[in-house]
Amino acid sequence: MAEIKFEEALKKLEKIVEDLEKGDLSLDEALKKYQEGIEISRLCSQRLESAKKKIDILVKNKKGEFELKPLDEARIEE
Amino acid sequence: MSQASPDLFASSSNPSQAKHVYTVSEITQGIKLILESTFGEVWVEGEVSNFGSKDGHFYFTLKDNLAILPGVMFARANREIKFKIENGLKAICFGKISAYGPHGKYQIIVEKIEPKGIGSLQLALEQLKEKLEKEGLFRAEHKRPIPYLPSRIGVVTSLSGAAVKDILKVLDRRFSDIHIIINPAQVQGEGAKEEISGAIKDFNRFNEGLPYSQQIEVMIVGRGGGSMEDLWAFNEEVVARAIYNSKIPVISAVGHERDTTIADLVADLRAATPSVAAELVIPKKEDLRERLAGLFTDIKRSILDFIKLRTSELEATQKKIALLNPVVLIEQHKLRIADLARQIYIRATHFLKLRQLEFNTAIGKLSSLSPLNILGRGYSITFKIPQDSIIKDAKFIKIGDTIKTKLHKGEILSEVLNKSDQ
Repeated sequence: MAEIKFEEALKKLEKIVEDLEKGDLSLDEALKKYQEGIEISRLCSQRLESAKKKIDILVKNKKGEFELKPLDEARIEE
Repeated sequence: MSQASPDLFASSSNPSQAKHVYTVSEITQGIKLILESTFGEVWVEGEVSNFGSKDGHFYFTLKDNLAILPGVMFARANREIKFKIENGLKAICFGKISAYGPHGKYQIIVEKIEPKGIGSLQLALEQLKEKLEKEGLFRAEHKRPIPYLPSRIGVVTSLSGAAVKDILKVLDRRFSDIHIIINPAQVQGEGAKEEISGAIKDFNRFNEGLPYSQQIEVMIVGRGGGSMEDLWAFNEEVVARAIYNSKIPVISAVGHERDTTIADLVADLRAATPSVAAELVIPKKEDLRERLAGLFTDIKRSILDFIKLRTSELEATQKKIALLNPVVLIEQHKLRIADLARQIYIRATHFLKLRQLEFNTAIGKLSSLSPLNILGRGYSITFKIPQDSIIKDAKFIKIGDTIKTKLHKGEILSEVLNKSDQ
């Protein structure tokens, strides 16, 4: 889902529903749009469910480059 | 040249002393000492004018409508001032009254200066707000849109503050599986403004080295509640510019609902509190699931409807075609003909019956009028023989003639024996 933003994907789905409901497509076009819609739905669903929780701290290493360090190492002070 | 305290009021008419003539420096020194011992450190209120600065030192005069008082504020003292001193500013100054020999003037050496009628922080804030607004930093057109479902969120705040815990808690509640990157920064005190602006720039530089899919898509910059002094770092120009120049959209989350800092005005989106920022930055996972499920259902339904519609259209057309089939037409015609034939038969039969009825009626009538019927009632018809003509009048018969009498049944041949003519 890196290529297409989630919000755009949802908007595309809504457009597909609109087009199908309007009904003035050929059968070929309608089936194509249906396929596309199912595919986008699947990708969106994947995006929602496959994300992983991660909390990092941004640090600079000795070379001055950026690195991410997981939070439990750096502990939020109570 | 070494009097302990020169007697300025010594009369020159004292004959025992020679006329004392001061040098300029002596008299100046005297004036200085008198001023300093009389006034020491004072508070003076006036309007600033003729303001100038050289080598970091401030030179100005305080005035009211009757007098002016030259003033100087050295760099060491004016370093802490947060607001800009401008001509026309009504101020209250605290300092030492003294004399400055080389210029031959008295002056106030200012240690502290405050604007009259308004807090110094407040004045500084208003001045900076005006300046940045003129530059267009707050313009709505410049604000970047916040992405709807960011996969990576940056947070600039203190690791030891309340804000970070609130943000993490709310983010976890709404959408537990996202990647959060915290760039810690002091949020108040010495060095805070550099750390905050530095952290914002860091995130931007971090993104530069990464492919689009791994970049931070939005950042939250904020801290928990506090006094105006506590929040002051978020009113600093360097922080405002870092936010303005950030390519990553910035959500500001400073303090509580009623605190508005300059960071809030420059940011792409302002949240009343850090918790609200977390709500603004990401939608609730269940809401998204629902919306997605709804769309999925809609798509399935609409394609089925589409197919149904096309199918019924097809069937309607097929029916139409079927009706135009010649075989069908022939059958139709056959039926029609049979039907017509039946109708003709019915009507003809009916017609015949009617005529029959009429005929019978006529016959009946005729029958009843028939003379032969009369015979049935006992009458008879008499014929003259041999002419066979019907006799109605007796005068046409002579005695001795032969007559035929037709009865209802049978005939009688008779000879006339007698007659009468009436």
